[in-house]
Amino acid sequence: MNDVSDDGTSLARGAWQRLLAHRSARWALPVIGLLVLVAIFGPILVGSKGIQQLDVVALKNAPPSRAHPFGTDEVSRDVFARVIAGARVSLAISTIAAALSMTLGTAYGMIAGYFGGRIDTIMMRILDACLSIPRVMILIAVLALWNPELPGVVILLGATGWFGLSRLVRAETLAARRIEYVDAARALGASDLRVLWRHLLPNVIAPVVVTSTLAVGNVIALEAGLSFLGVGVHPPTPTWGTIFFEGASSFAGAWWIAFFPGVAIVATVLAFNVLGDALRDVLDPRSALPERR
Amino acid sequence: MVWWKIVARLWQSLIVVAIVTTISFFVIRLAPGDPFSYDSIKITPAVREQLRAERGYDKPLPVQFVRYVTGLAHGEFGYSVTRQRGVGDLLADALPRTLLLAGTSLVLSIVLGVVIGVLQAVHRGEWFDRASSAVLLFLFSLPDFWAALMIMLMFSLWWHVLPAGGIVDATMHDYLPPWRAFVDRLRHLVLPVTSLTLLSLAGITRFQRAAMLEVLPSDFIRTARAKGVPERAIIWRHAFRTAITPIIVLLGLTLAPFLGGVVFVEKVFAWPGLGSLAADSIASHDYDVVTATVIVGAVLVVIGNLISDLLHMAVDPRVRE
Repeated sequence: MNDVSDDGTSLARGAWQRLLAHRSARWALPVIGLLVLVAIFGPILVGSKGIQQLDVVALKNAPPSRAHPFGTDEVSRDVFARVIAGARVSLAISTIAAALSMTLGTAYGMIAGYFGGRIDTIMMRILDACLSIPRVMILIAVLALWNPELPGVVILLGATGWFGLSRLVRAETLAARRIEYVDAARALGASDLRVLWRHLLPNVIAPVVVTSTLAVGNVIALEAGLSFLGVGVHPPTPTWGTIFFEGASSFAGAWWIAFFPGVAIVATVLAFNVLGDALRDVLDPRSALPERR
Repeated sequence: MVWWKIVARLWQSLIVVAIVTTISFFVIRLAPGDPFSYDSIKITPAVREQLRAERGYDKPLPVQFVRYVTGLAHGEFGYSVTRQRGVGDLLADALPRTLLLAGTSLVLSIVLGVVIGVLQAVHRGEWFDRASSAVLLFLFSLPDFWAALMIMLMFSLWWHVLPAGGIVDATMHDYLPPWRAFVDRLRHLVLPVTSLTLLSLAGITRFQRAAMLEVLPSDFIRTARAKGVPERAIIWRHAFRTAITPIIVLLGLTLAPFLGGVVFVEKVFAWPGLGSLAADSIASHDYDVVTATVIVGAVLVVIGNLISDLLHMAVDPRVRE
């Protein structure tokens, strides 16, 4: 049985090497690497400057300068420090939410696909209903009425993001279940859990990785949008969404407050989308097509 | 056989609507507070209780649910406490506006997306394919609200070519002669429709490109070429016809996220549709309105899915059997 896991790592290593050689991943990876570094070390460097009100009179809405490269906001906070501090919160929210969606979606899809029959029918009918609820609308409603703290926002973002992935995983599981070695494993007396974990999961993991990469970018944009509507993360916690929201109303006069977090959002989402595309190419050796359904 | 399948599909849609209704009712009603718990020193606790009793908010939740569903079955969506109007009335105003905005953008993005996608696939790897793919990936990565705001900023605040929001000019519209009133409406439609179209174009294009790339190496295309069919006819009459099926399936799947984009675009451009109605009613805990907008949004998606499935059955004989 050790052969299986060896094969698994070499598959991952091969994919990683192909990713490093991929044309568009070569610039997406450094961007994401930089973002992660900023998210980890940035807040240590800027300290509490992100929520500090420097000088409410002299530094109100000050345009970008050498001391404040992104300018200051309405209550004289340094926008650069806030964007740096926001990187950690925004990236943490989206990564955790995407990981949660990935786990839920994979588990749900694999169970439905593996057990099939009536269980599958019921699970898929529920999934159809979930897929029909516009995610943004239900999120606005729940976030505004329940008014949760940050962990609650993350859980809600994760709990509403796995429906599409689940369908994909179910289809892959249905296909993988028919492969002979799955029958062989069961004939050898492997339990359902073991078959799912050791034999089916490696078969369905590729679309999961691609979808979760895209989901990270998606959740960053979604969190920013919800904060823009005033229902996401509560101020004064700096996320790119809340900074953007605070600056959006004064965009005509003090464009820098909303502009820089906006650029951060767009660059990050773009990098994750490019990486997701590259991963799709790399993880799917069967076809050179960019999209395969 | 086909009829039986259609009936089964309709039945499925009904179940989905029932599940969605239940989920949204309980998620919203279980939230802390109710429409009458706003801060006001003018209202005594006794009056609050009376108002609650009038609208049935004092009953246990299951009883409220039965009442709500019975109301729905009679076509009553409840009552908006803050606007002092029936929710049905509010929806009758908001829904056509959303359908106009969403419908126009959807049609535009499908037509543009399909054409661009086919051209990309035909010219695979050439400059057009690469340039348009890069531009579309960029558009695809723009957050909805950010793109809408930037478009508004450029075209109405900087260049003053088009109005920044609303569906008509608030002061002048009623005094305009008919055709100019029509032009006024069109001018207000341009920016929101452009935003939504640009945002949903990329997904459709990528999908159409992939679908075409899968069809183009087929044997029947090679046969057509061997017979001397002109290239244009091969692409549009032979390949495109086969490659349109995935787009029909995709349409059903993209409707829910598309509706999310509609909410943001409506909010940015102050378009008084379903999305604005939902966003504005949430702050005031206007439960019946919030529940109704979520349900109507879901019903729109379900209807879209149904249409996409029926179309799929119509064009693809394999699905019918």
